[in-house]
Amino acid sequence: MRDALTLRNNHGLLTRANPLAKFAVVFLITLVLALSIDWVSASVALAAELALFPLAGLTLRLLWQRGWPLILAAALGGWSTAIVAADSGAVLLDVGIWSISEGSLQLGIGFMLRGLAIALPAILLMTCTDPTDLADALAQKARLPHRFVLGTLAAMRLVGLMAEEWQTIGMARRARGVGSQGSPLQRLRATLGQSFGLLVQAIRRASRLAITMEARGFGAGHRTWARESTYSRLDAWVLAGGVLIAAAAVVAAAGMGTWNFVWR
Amino acid sequence: MTASDAGASGVRPAAVSARGWGWRHAGRSAPAVRGLDLDIAPGERVLLLGPSGAGKSTLLHALAGVLGDEGDDADETGSLLIDGVVPRGQRGRSGLMQQDPETQVVLSRLGDDVAFGAENLAVPRDEIWRRVHEALDDVGLRSAGGGGLNAGAGAGLNAGGLPLDHPTSALSGGQKQRLALAGILAMRPGLILLDEPTANLDPAGVLEVRDAVGRCLDKTGATLVVVEHRVSVWKDLVDRIVVLQPGSAAGSAASPATSAVLLDGPPDQVLAEARDMLIGAGVWVPGYVPATRRRVSAGSGDLLLAAEDLAVSRERPRRRGFRTIPPVPVQQGITALVRSGQALTVTGPNGAGKSTFALTLAGLLAPVAGKVSAAVELSEGAGIDPFKWKANQLISRIGTVFQEPEHQFVTGRVLDELMFGPRHLGHGEERVDELLERLRLTHLVDANPYTLSGGEKRRLSVATVLAAHPRVLVLDEPTFGQDANTWAELASFLSELLDAGTSVVSVTHDQEFSAVLGGAELRLGPASRGGARQEAGAA
Repeated sequence: MRDALTLRNNHGLLTRANPLAKFAVVFLITLVLALSIDWVSASVALAAELALFPLAGLTLRLLWQRGWPLILAAALGGWSTAIVAADSGAVLLDVGIWSISEGSLQLGIGFMLRGLAIALPAILLMTCTDPTDLADALAQKARLPHRFVLGTLAAMRLVGLMAEEWQTIGMARRARGVGSQGSPLQRLRATLGQSFGLLVQAIRRASRLAITMEARGFGAGHRTWARESTYSRLDAWVLAGGVLIAAAAVVAAAGMGTWNFVWR
Repeated sequence: MTASDAGASGVRPAAVSARGWGWRHAGRSAPAVRGLDLDIAPGERVLLLGPSGAGKSTLLHALAGVLGDEGDDADETGSLLIDGVVPRGQRGRSGLMQQDPETQVVLSRLGDDVAFGAENLAVPRDEIWRRVHEALDDVGLRSAGGGGLNAGAGAGLNAGGLPLDHPTSALSGGQKQRLALAGILAMRPGLILLDEPTANLDPAGVLEVRDAVGRCLDKTGATLVVVEHRVSVWKDLVDRIVVLQPGSAAGSAASPATSAVLLDGPPDQVLAEARDMLIGAGVWVPGYVPATRRRVSAGSGDLLLAAEDLAVSRERPRRRGFRTIPPVPVQQGITALVRSGQALTVTGPNGAGKSTFALTLAGLLAPVAGKVSAAVELSEGAGIDPFKWKANQLISRIGTVFQEPEHQFVTGRVLDELMFGPRHLGHGEERVDELLERLRLTHLVDANPYTLSGGEKRRLSVATVLAAHPRVLVLDEPTFGQDANTWAELASFLSELLDAGTSVVSVTHDQEFSAVLGGAELRLGPASRGGARQEAGAA
């Protein structure tokens, strides 16, 4: 589970930035892009984000491997917008009830680019942020309760184990004659049974882990931190970069006259 | 050494004292422990023995200060003190290691995990990293020598050791338990509590952990209380053995004066005095191998199942974009033959892919390369590839007993559990009574499988698979963590099955167990690559 989200041995520059700074930037860019549906602001943001890839230790290949569902969804969203949006300008394609005009195509492309430009920062954030660093930042800098943050972090480690356990229980049940064949109802029942088995194991594991943590003094009042979550000059650059991308997108769109607030 | 005398290592050994102590878990009618009187001097090393249900884990949990979250319904009697103070509220005075290595690891980076306990005790940062390095050294997971290093990421790979940011998920079971010990040591506890710390480990892992514990005790002088079935592992390390009896037997209405402590003394003395009693209670007494049934036939030797040049992995082929990537096999080039009435033992170090091979052979995983083929005598028209068989076809031909019995429970009642296979197949229900009797489960027919003891669960999981009457039985570490009685029953029962013509494939480190079953051995090499050959052993 975790391996699917973060890159192992990632030494990109952005891995060293404070997770909260990266979070702030992703929030800012998403907010600005959510304000308008036009292709200019989205293209500018997207181009800037793609230029930042190497800094997060990401390549186009890795991006496709990790983010292809999002990318496909964005493309599909753009395509359907182009089809169903009200026509304006010259009609380019007309197949019965579906038609694509210059106006609707522009809207569709804007929609697709926007989807990508909003999705990419999130993918970037996940690939270059270690969950442990994120937890440290949330507890030490954002002052979230450490019981909650560290409890979640420890539980996340179990999620990966649960994925393995699901596979094992599936095999163990096949060895008992519970098949994944049969009618949809039978299959549903088999899946429910397997889920129950996993739930029992998850609870057992979780309570043992809770005992381990409690026996190591977890939950008692004041605690110190072996790893200090710090802000560095890099974080200032990350924030400045984020503001720059957002500003460039707005200015370019306003300059080209394409900026349109979504509520208008 | 007195209680106030902190050694050079900064550890002050703890004293334990129990007076008429008892504990009843919430929702239970009988107490887990009753009438315990026990004194443990600072620095003493105690091995705690007793049949399952004697409340050994309950005592360790109480000493670790983690009992009592059950609400008002739980019931405590008498007193249990560490250095004259109740254990709860003295966090860090004791450290507890449990059986399951996976749940002894809290964080995903080596150094962070060791630091976790010390952080919770509000130890200053520089001191934490000093302790982390020292503790990792002590347990043999060497890290950088100098203390005071900040942030794990800064410390690279060091002479023969692991970096502080090494992922804890990549450790073996024995390494995980040693890591847990390091995490405990970093708290500087005066009392170290080990609850069957090596029950889930292979023989190499057992010694790794035992030796690490010994080194740390020699250095810190901390008090030790360890619960473990295998006496020979710990006998030379402890200076006292305490045998407990179940709370239901101790201090009952019939004999209120009886203490929970049945025997107490130096290891040799207790083992000499109580040898027969301990053997009766299923304790692994040194130098004693339980009597088992001897094989009387060599088996017909008809070929049932064959693996040819097999490569195995638990991973499925992955989809990366539009491409499909086959998994990297954990082991390849395996060739093995499974014959009627003969045993095949699969051995090899941790991570050699033994279980993965067994699951592939049993038709539960698809081979990465090579093939598993069933002979006509076994397949009986179901096709050559066991992986393609339907679940019903599989269970009447190849039965697989998993390492964790709970993974295979599919109902809420022991009897239903046993009837499950025969009902699906539409025949064989008459075998169930015989299996119940043979594996001593008759008195448990109405119980919920999840509530059984470890030994009962193991016997049930074997019985449920056998109820479908498979010709081939595949077992994954069937003797892990089992007491001597269950061990002997299981080994004898399997030898009977073998003589009756069943084929038994077992993944095991247990040489005595393989000796009872006889047959051939398949030794898998340490890494991927390098073929594995099957050797005919003494049958």
